Amino acid sequence: MSKRKLKNAHLPIGECVSQVHQILRERFCRHQLPERPAGLEAQHKHLEELLKRTAVHGESNSVLIVGPRGAGKTTLLRCVLRELSKETEVQKNLLQVHLNGLLQTDDRVALKEITRQLHLENVVGDKVFGSFAENLAFLLEALKKGDRSSSRPVLFVLDEFDLFAHHKNQTLLYNLFDVSQAAQTPIAVVGISCRLDVLELLEKRVKSRFSHRQIHLLSSLTFPQYLDRVRAQLRLPDDFPDGSFAEEWNASVKSLCEDGSVDEVLRRHFHSSTDFRSMHALLMLCLSRVSVAKPAIRPADLLDASRLCSADTKVNMLRGLSVLELCLIIAMKHLNDVYRGEPFNLQMVHNEFKKFLQRKSNSMYNFEHPVVMKAFEHLQQLELIRPVDGSSAKTQREYQLMRLMLDHSQIMEALQKYPQCPTDIKQWAASAFA
Amino acid sequence: MKSFGRLRVRRFYTWRGNPLSSNRKLRTHEYESLAIRVDGLPRTTVIRTGQHILIEGDDDDNPFAAKVVRLFGDESGQQKKAVVQWYVRVSEVPPSKLKLLGRDPHPREIFFYQGGNCDDEVNAESIIRPVQVKHLDADASFPPSDDGDDDETLYVKLAWDSKVFRILDSALVASPPRHPNPSLPPSPPRSPPAATPASRTSSRCTLPTPDPTVLRRAALGEVRRSRAAASAGKNPAAMEALHSETKLSASKCLSAKRRHGTERTPGVRKKLQLCSPEKTVMVREDALTQLLDEELEKERTLAKRVPSSPARSPTLTHRLTPLRRTNKSLAAQDAVSLKPFVITCRKVPLSEVESPTPTRDNSSSRAATTPCTKEPKPVREPALGDLTCDPSLLVLQNGVCVLRAEEEAKNSSPPRSSKRKSALKVSYRIRKQLNLMDGQQDLNSDEDDEDEFVPSKELQSSSEEEEAEVVVKKSRVSSAGSRTPRSSTRTPRKTPRKNAPGTPRTPRNATPSIPSRSLPARRPANVLEEARTRLHVSSVPESLPCREQEFQDIYSFVESKITDGTGGCMYISGVPGTGKTATVHEVMRCLQHAADTDEIPPFHFIEINGMKMTDPHQAYVQILQKLTGQKATADHAAALLEKRFSNPAPRKETTVLLVDELDLLWTRKQNVMYNLFNWPTCRHARLVVLTIANTMDLPERVMINRVASRLGLTRMSFQPYTFRQLQQIITSRLNKVKAFEEDALQLVSRKVAALSGDARRCLDICRRATEICELSAAGLVGMSHVMEALDEMFSSAYITAIKCASTQEQLFLRAVIAEFRRLGLEEATFQQVFVQHQALCRVEGLQPVGVSEGLAMCQRLGGCRLLLLESSRLGVLQRVRLNVSQDDVLYALKAD
Repeated sequence: MSKRKLKNAHLPIGECVSQVHQILRERFCRHQLPERPAGLEAQHKHLEELLKRTAVHGESNSVLIVGPRGAGKTTLLRCVLRELSKETEVQKNLLQVHLNGLLQTDDRVALKEITRQLHLENVVGDKVFGSFAENLAFLLEALKKGDRSSSRPVLFVLDEFDLFAHHKNQTLLYNLFDVSQAAQTPIAVVGISCRLDVLELLEKRVKSRFSHRQIHLLSSLTFPQYLDRVRAQLRLPDDFPDGSFAEEWNASVKSLCEDGSVDEVLRRHFHSSTDFRSMHALLMLCLSRVSVAKPAIRPADLLDASRLCSADTKVNMLRGLSVLELCLIIAMKHLNDVYRGEPFNLQMVHNEFKKFLQRKSNSMYNFEHPVVMKAFEHLQQLELIRPVDGSSAKTQREYQLMRLMLDHSQIMEALQKYPQCPTDIKQWAASAFA
Repeated sequence: MKSFGRLRVRRFYTWRGNPLSSNRKLRTHEYESLAIRVDGLPRTTVIRTGQHILIEGDDDDNPFAAKVVRLFGDESGQQKKAVVQWYVRVSEVPPSKLKLLGRDPHPREIFFYQGGNCDDEVNAESIIRPVQVKHLDADASFPPSDDGDDDETLYVKLAWDSKVFRILDSALVASPPRHPNPSLPPSPPRSPPAATPASRTSSRCTLPTPDPTVLRRAALGEVRRSRAAASAGKNPAAMEALHSETKLSASKCLSAKRRHGTERTPGVRKKLQLCSPEKTVMVREDALTQLLDEELEKERTLAKRVPSSPARSPTLTHRLTPLRRTNKSLAAQDAVSLKPFVITCRKVPLSEVESPTPTRDNSSSRAATTPCTKEPKPVREPALGDLTCDPSLLVLQNGVCVLRAEEEAKNSSPPRSSKRKSALKVSYRIRKQLNLMDGQQDLNSDEDDEDEFVPSKELQSSSEEEEAEVVVKKSRVSSAGSRTPRSSTRTPRKTPRKNAPGTPRTPRNATPSIPSRSLPARRPANVLEEARTRLHVSSVPESLPCREQEFQDIYSFVESKITDGTGGCMYISGVPGTGKTATVHEVMRCLQHAADTDEIPPFHFIEINGMKMTDPHQAYVQILQKLTGQKATADHAAALLEKRFSNPAPRKETTVLLVDELDLLWTRKQNVMYNLFNWPTCRHARLVVLTIANTMDLPERVMINRVASRLGLTRMSFQPYTFRQLQQIITSRLNKVKAFEEDALQLVSRKVAALSGDARRCLDICRRATEICELSAAGLVGMSHVMEALDEMFSSAYITAIKCASTQEQLFLRAVIAEFRRLGLEEATFQQVFVQHQALCRVEGLQPVGVSEGLAMCQRLGGCRLLLLESSRLGVLQRVRLNVSQDDVLYALKAD
């Protein structure tokens, strides 16, 4: 470490690039929290005040953080907790319990997790754990024991809060909110959810006990702000070991953002989605192209990355099909056109395909029926077609009704990209009577 | 072996003398004194009115102390009762109240009990022995407690009325207190208690002279529920009083018997014996008393764990029934009712019949002891096997027993010797078999075997009349307490074994708690913080405004039930946040206060919450745990509670049970609800059930008829608060802390009243408003702050969410609406919407997005629940609906 610091001024280029990778990857993968969550100052303050009151004054609270995915809900909470942990008064007092609706799928698991995280399990003695009922009684007893001024406040963080609302009777939520409304151990319940209607999920008694504080993370960004944020995300910090490299890099980032094509790409992204996560995904792809030979992000990289990001998955899948399967897809498309989206079966598709073959009087694609059937099944496996609900088991496979799960535009695009696609098939795809 | 076998004490109770008076209606006779003869001891203790006695209680180390006010029995002489004036021991006074004493209580101190809620009628056969009670002046000091043999003396200084200690008038202790029923003349003690000194020299307690005439008044017994015949009622009022008394007393008797039952555990005794080798070294008496004490303590702990030993009623076994038939007046009812219990008590009667039988010295000992029965005889109570190694003494006592029986026989029906003899033989045979069967059971069998030889000899040698008398006597005695100890010896031994796995061995009952904070909580620093603290829902207000009427109704309902000692149900409904639970708690606080100041009898309040249990059946577990501290499985708890509420018990307090969130206790068969509402109807339950739920028509909607019928029609519904009430609530909470503008308060309360009438909401909004006010650095919470808080809490986020969505997402929403309009339906597939979306993109001059990107957008909107989507596996085929009204969407998009 000291050696490296001595050579700070001029690191070899490889070292610099790997440093850049490390710093930016940490940033993009959200391992490193931002200094302050951008654009969320009010929410940050609200949450910080709230949690501080719980930690310092022993006031029970409950709050929901609501915002679309990738809006920075968890980041906000983590930032607040980081701030709070800097204060000794909070650090020494606050107990934290983190639950996730995807992990704690029912109250029994959740209770065990709470007891584990509160280190209450030691009190239970050698027996690992009793019944669900005992656990609940145990925890409630523990929480009831405390009072506002003497016991340590507990912070409950419920990630994916809406999933907790689906637990039986919402027992856990009722009890947590009830404690937060009673003169017991001070607790703060912080729910994190992306559902705007999360309150409607709560049972009326649970709802009444919830304090109805909601922190919405809905920021209306403008494009310049978005651009600024991209720049900030790519910027190297001032304490980068090699100062000159950092300057070069930052200059290149600045020029990148001023490039016309880059602007267009970013604008397109901005229009599609404003959240951090998709932006990070895009930038990550760019970053991965940075190497010793090319120690900067160039507009072409961004274009490529953007293309990758917005590529249509189904089209990519179609490109891997055989000609026969592609023919079947085209036949299905025509059938959809004719019958206005009504479902079809293998026989109908095969007939349509045969019509095409007759017109061509070309035996090149003259396949046996079993072969066609096999291809049809393959398409079903790829979920490019799916059977109509409720008609699966009874009917023979040839007559099972199917629907095509592709849009016409996807088929046409796939044909464009298909390597060495026969011209007659392209013509047939464009028009059923070609 | 021998010694501890004798520790088991059987006591025989007989009236002495003729009835002083009799009550025709209740068929009771009043007696002046009662003779207690302890099996194995030659002496007879006589209890007379006005004397202080010890009565078997829960705490065997400290039996209840009382003074006999009146003794009476039923016609058949089977049931003996005593009306007593209770004394309270130090251990019976709640520790919190003990502080009122202002000094450390003397271990032997007792208090004259003046509380009204305690049944003063006891089963005479629960009387253990007389005791010396000395009255001391309030400022007099206690004599040194360790001055030799005087350690049985109890000292009374003060009176205790379950609230406060009062100076006690010495006259109350000295002279026999009048019985509340003045028409029945209390029987004055015939012989002065001065007879005691002689006995006191040798024994630890003193006894007055027994009077033969008193003995006559045998057996009013457990005042009959069947009052058929009559013997000279005095006046109607008196009878009425007596009548009500007897009703109450039944419970007391039964439980006394039960306690008696659990009292002696051979197993425990055995253990004690084995582990106390120094007993021979000690003075015999002391060692034994100590052993007895220890044992009793053990048993008490056992009994606590197993509070419901099988019901034992005065048992007469089938063995005795043939005999019974000869003596119709005695046996008829009991024999029938008791048969079912034969199995549980099978060992009991055997030894009882045999043990008192005289041995070969019979005749001589009889001669010797005959006078004794007629004269004052000091008897050291529960036999305390200080006779352990003295067979002659035992013999002597047996002789006494027989003699007594003989005497008795002369007054009662003439014996039919032949039948009796055969009955004895039969019983002997049965006993043998039974002994074989449970030979493994205990060490008692030794004793039984020992006894077994006696009757055979006795049958040959002694006169048949004697035997017969013994048996008759036995049967009479056994109908009360003295038999039960034997039978009960078994139950405690068995039950712990059964319970052991259920009761946690691990220190699970170690109380869990959140660790306490290392730094103290900060106090509120300014007005706003102070206001916020007061406005928190958790802060308990001084009083609950706006619920006066409901408070009054619940209060009077519960109060009347408590004072009457009856039970009942009440159903309270109301939307959340209308103060249902808070009001009930307030009522309970007030009642508790009233009970503390002795306005009403004390009661026990417990509370369960349907939401705080994982399963409706857990209700039983929680109730049981809160009532008794026991842990049990749901089924077991239900059985225990059933027993507890359906069986009578002494000194029982009313239990007030609050069941919150009743609707969650619903099960398919509704057993839980049924039981909750059925218990209060039990005669002995003294249970008041208050139930709370949200819906007004819950009984009609979900309960089946038999449950709804038991719930009854005592209903109450809490209306949502009006804005005035809400305003008053906030004002009273703030309590002069000036933090809000009047208008602001009114705005909040009007808004909340219009929406839900939920007081919690109101308080939360006010709290939030103070925060906003603090942020804006204003001194007083004004309209703007409240408005902002209201906006935050009530405004829907949908419109903001739409405004903040990305351009393409907004476009997609427009495409959805466009497609809906085209189709005329409120639903479309993604594919259809996507076509619209592409078209709109072209119109807007945006680059069209691909299908994958479109789907991702659609999912994002679905995640926020702006759209409702089918499962994403359906891909382009999934159907899309709007979760917001089209107008909202258009409004949000237009405002851009």
